[in-house]
Amino acid sequence: MNPIIILHAGLATGTILLFAAIGEVFAERAGILNLGVEGMMLMGAMAGFSTSLSTGSPMLGLLVAILAGGILSLAHGLVTIHFQADQVVSGLSLTFLGTGLALVLGQGLTGQNPPLVPSFDIPGLALIPFIGPVFFANHSLLVYVGYLFAPLTWYYIYKTRPGMHLRAVGEKPEAADTMGLNVYALRYFYVFVGGCLAGLAGATISLSVSPGWFSELTTSGQGWIAVGLVIFAQWDPLRAAFGGYLFGALRRTILDLQGPATLFGLTNPLYINPNFSFFLQMAPFILTIAALVWGSRAAIRERLGAPAALGVPYIRGERGL
Amino acid sequence: MTTIAPSKRFQLPYTISLEKRVEDYPKWFPPAITIGAVLIAFLISGIILKLIGGEPLRVASFFYEATFGSWAVFSDTLVKATPLIMVGLACAIAFRMKLWNIGAEGQFYLGAFAASLVVLVPLVPPESPKVVIIGAMIIMGMIGGAVWGFIPGFLKARFQVNEIITTLMLNYIAISWNNFWIFDRWSDAGFQMTPTFDKSAWLPRLADYAREYKMFSGITLHLGVVFGIIAAGIMWWILERSSWGYEIKLIGDNPNAAKYAGINIARNIVLVMMVSGALAGLAGMSEVTGVVHRLQERISPGYGFTGIIVAWLAKLNPFTVILVSILFGALIVAGREIQPSGLALMLQGFILFMIISSDVLLRYKVRLTRQTA
Repeated sequence: MNPIIILHAGLATGTILLFAAIGEVFAERAGILNLGVEGMMLMGAMAGFSTSLSTGSPMLGLLVAILAGGILSLAHGLVTIHFQADQVVSGLSLTFLGTGLALVLGQGLTGQNPPLVPSFDIPGLALIPFIGPVFFANHSLLVYVGYLFAPLTWYYIYKTRPGMHLRAVGEKPEAADTMGLNVYALRYFYVFVGGCLAGLAGATISLSVSPGWFSELTTSGQGWIAVGLVIFAQWDPLRAAFGGYLFGALRRTILDLQGPATLFGLTNPLYINPNFSFFLQMAPFILTIAALVWGSRAAIRERLGAPAALGVPYIRGERGL
Repeated sequence: MTTIAPSKRFQLPYTISLEKRVEDYPKWFPPAITIGAVLIAFLISGIILKLIGGEPLRVASFFYEATFGSWAVFSDTLVKATPLIMVGLACAIAFRMKLWNIGAEGQFYLGAFAASLVVLVPLVPPESPKVVIIGAMIIMGMIGGAVWGFIPGFLKARFQVNEIITTLMLNYIAISWNNFWIFDRWSDAGFQMTPTFDKSAWLPRLADYAREYKMFSGITLHLGVVFGIIAAGIMWWILERSSWGYEIKLIGDNPNAAKYAGINIARNIVLVMMVSGALAGLAGMSEVTGVVHRLQERISPGYGFTGIIVAWLAKLNPFTVILVSILFGALIVAGREIQPSGLALMLQGFILFMIISSDVLLRYKVRLTRQTA
């Protein structure tokens, strides 16, 4: 129950959710709900792991993972953008497809040990008391990338012209089209970005945070938690990053509860009967539901909400709803 | 009109354009497209299998032999189809209202759990007649699923919480919940399962009548399939003949019109989620009493998720759900033995993808026009 260890681990596991959730923020901001995050993450985890194993280069593994997630997401893009299919059903089928493909292509990867993404200290910063060991020591490269990535995407979405176009396409595609934006192309692009980031999130698991290939247990529902986190974060990348880290830290706290024989002077029930840990396993999912309820109430109160055209196919030349 | 424009540099000899259909298509057209889509999904999966060094033709012939090859294996297929019918109906009624219940898996587990309570607590005296025990299990199974459906329904109706995420999270919670009881409180001599139920809590199977009718020996088909067929009939009646069904369909097609017509949407969300959950819970009960005869880990190989595809493939029609369930029952039976293990799941993903993609052909005509450059 060491706070430094908990926060350190929280940042590491939170990075997975950070990438996946920010990717979904991009797709949803463009008006396309992609529920296939879990499937794309598994594909990324498998592809990255497998590439690192065969080439010996974890960086190449990350690249392939990013592409694997991105390419898979284009299937969702085609079906929802051009064929105007229901985004919920298409996203679900993407999850089935990604999971199935990853299991089929990933057979024989279990138990292998490819080279992993390197971990290192940030010189100087790592020496700051408390903050150093939590934020800047012995983290994977991907965690440091995550620190920079969240504020950069926030800046991109809210403060740049392409970011404004992104929001326009998701809020009012007819108006964006009138402005001369190519709604179809932009939607494809951001669905692709979302897929790439989901793939990266998957590889963050398999090549860094909890290395290995454990079939569908590699992600064990984190893709879905990321989708929930986007709603909790009100489609804001900074809030998504914060939510991801918070989630990671809470998860670690819960895991650590099993260790000590006594808690606050009382006997720890988990220490006596490890079966109680089944209730701990529920915790991340209960937390997600709680976060959603909180997020939805805040949304009603602050009159925030999803991008207005989220889930609505845009058909050029036809009146919107 | 959507046009996939040819790029300027690579001029294709044809342009592909989609035109909105104005006229009606012939009656055979939608089913033909659906069947075509399923075949293409099989084809793509076969190619992938070939690419990774498998033998698609041998797998296909094995698939047929293992699922439709004889009465005994066909009965296995029907046994797997049974929970799919109920779960497929559960998804279909929710989807009809555009209520995305992705939580049938969890509702299935809770149904199995609640039905097991009847025997394990026990809720009715163990020496009661079979009808009483099975009846109590049906009621408990449906209550268990309905409770698990009520939670996301209430959260959506009251706080507008997205039901896709909540139902999905509840799946994971339900599985952990069941595991606690199986591993801990009800564990049979340390194994991850409860003791086998007394025969009085088993659904009758055809094999039970093997003494009278020799042909039934070894046929494991059980009464649960009748529950599924009855449920399909009731659901058809509700959707097509009752005013409640009209409300459900109106909310699904046009929520604003429903609101102005004075329909209580919040109440219907909770109700439909509970009915949906109850059907999935009934599937869990039928699996526990008809197949495994105890509560154990992994009683469902993902029935709740396959049910989503079943419902969609059946175009949410209750009777078509029965037919589609048989196909997917076959897929589950064969999928248990076919390596690699993700193959069935991949195939399901392709099928669903092809189905929703093929819908574009119902709304648009694809036209190839020769370029006159």
